Amino acid sequence: MAEAVLARSRMERELELPRRNRAVEGVRGYGLIVAMWIRSTMTYRTSFFLSTFGNAAITLLDFVAISIMFTHVDVLGGFTLPEVALLYGSCSASLGLADLLLGNTDRIGSRIRDGSLDTMLVRPVPVLAQVAADRFALRRLGRIAQGLGLLLWAVSALDLEWTLGKVLLVPVMITAGAAIFGAVMVAGAAFQFLAGDAAEVQNSFTYGGCTMLQYPPTVFGKDLLRGVTFIVPLAFVNWLPALYLLGRPDPLGLPQWAAFVSPLVAFAVFLPASLAWRAGVRSYRSTGS
Amino acid sequence: MRQRAGGGTRSSVRLYLAVAAGGFRRYATYGTATAAGVFTNTVFGFIVAYTYIALWEERPGLGGYDQAQALTFVWVSQALLAAAALIGGGFQEEIQERVRTGDIAVDLYRPADLQMWWLAADLGRAAFQLAGRGVLPLVAGALAFPLALPADPARWLLFLVSVTLGLVVSFALRYLLGLAAFWLMDGAGINLMATVVTIFFSGMLLPLTVFPGGFGELVRVLPWAAMLQVPMDVLLGEHAGAGAAAGALAFQAGWAVVLLGAGRLVQSAATRKVVVQGG
Repeated sequence: MAEAVLARSRMERELELPRRNRAVEGVRGYGLIVAMWIRSTMTYRTSFFLSTFGNAAITLLDFVAISIMFTHVDVLGGFTLPEVALLYGSCSASLGLADLLLGNTDRIGSRIRDGSLDTMLVRPVPVLAQVAADRFALRRLGRIAQGLGLLLWAVSALDLEWTLGKVLLVPVMITAGAAIFGAVMVAGAAFQFLAGDAAEVQNSFTYGGCTMLQYPPTVFGKDLLRGVTFIVPLAFVNWLPALYLLGRPDPLGLPQWAAFVSPLVAFAVFLPASLAWRAGVRSYRSTGS
Repeated sequence: MRQRAGGGTRSSVRLYLAVAAGGFRRYATYGTATAAGVFTNTVFGFIVAYTYIALWEERPGLGGYDQAQALTFVWVSQALLAAAALIGGGFQEEIQERVRTGDIAVDLYRPADLQMWWLAADLGRAAFQLAGRGVLPLVAGALAFPLALPADPARWLLFLVSVTLGLVVSFALRYLLGLAAFWLMDGAGINLMATVVTIFFSGMLLPLTVFPGGFGELVRVLPWAAMLQVPMDVLLGEHAGAGAAAGALAFQAGWAVVLLGAGRLVQSAATRKVVVQGG
């Protein structure tokens, strides 16, 4: 019964909205839901400020731990503290941005489990927009601010030889990095249609990935580096662009222009991720009656 | 209500055992989530292990550990992460939600003590996560890296006692967080702050023995040290001799008693404050 209703409503939706409008509708719906959650967040203002501060502090304490390491050593994997801060800040800002915009997609598993996904399927807004905007957590601005702050410190502490290309590369690195993390989040959400409540798998690529990317690539084994360059291309989030900024060679010997292809890589990973998401939504069979 | 609960010690022991078993079963139900957690802990273990290798190669003997001990620290802390609820999880969000919705009134009406009820449920959860999420990452770590795991069964037994005491300390702190909802209504902010503090001061990010100077001395006597650093040092044999080991366990037990006591005080203040609507 529910299935029939869902199938019909899905059909109606596709009939009503021409395909090119769906993207616009999606963004509009996303914006409306986000605005609603921001208003709701601001109801508990103390909690909001505490959690935004906490969000920034989580990543800052990560960096405090790295600074403690550097009270015992001068270099780690051949990198100095400001160089590590550059890696750290850029990755943190990218992940924070992706987490702000798409982070809540990892709740899809519990939505499938408690059946609340069904409600979303009958609303006239694309499911991905709803899932991403649901419980929109403005506090995640904390992490972005903190990451950008550290990045700024790193850049001012380092004596980099700036060129136009390098100046342009910084914002490209942050946004393309966020897009790559975003694709991983969407792919992870699609995987949950298959595996059920498996939010932690994507966490190991996003949060785990960022934990890895905040350290110099020289610390890790070559096999791991190949894996995160060619299979799950996290190396393009910040390692390759940052190595170019620092004027250091890539341990795998990739050419210098590899630093600039992050946007292409982001596009390349978003394609299979969104296809997987569509396949996931199509294959969804409600548990209810 | 209370008198009925005190009716028989044996029946209340049975009750809390049943609650603990329920906690165990509840978390055992979600097989995929457990498998995903094992995967995550293993991935993080590898990443942190590589950074520790780089650090300990640069500075051998840092924090009083050799490289094998440092790697053991990494993998055992990944194994304990879920059980000790170091990155949150567990029950405090649930209490907060029950306070917000008013369901807490039902809990208070039950013929069982609120704190003991949740302690039993949380220990049941921890027992499952210790077995379900702890063993496999540790095995993966032991296969991939040379670890300094002790061969002495007495040391492992002592470690288990220390882990249990650490769990009680962890529970007692999270219980205070849960009750904070009586005053704050929304617990998201305070939970996040608590997670930050716990990750940092438990030794999860970096062994507390590596922390420098007076700051290092301070963090080693805070309650968070009882959750991870102390069990780890017990396992690694840093507390050589019966006296030193007893001292470590007494340190944990001391914090457990203080924090459970604080929980009781806050609980009685909270229950005086609660006003239940409806008839």
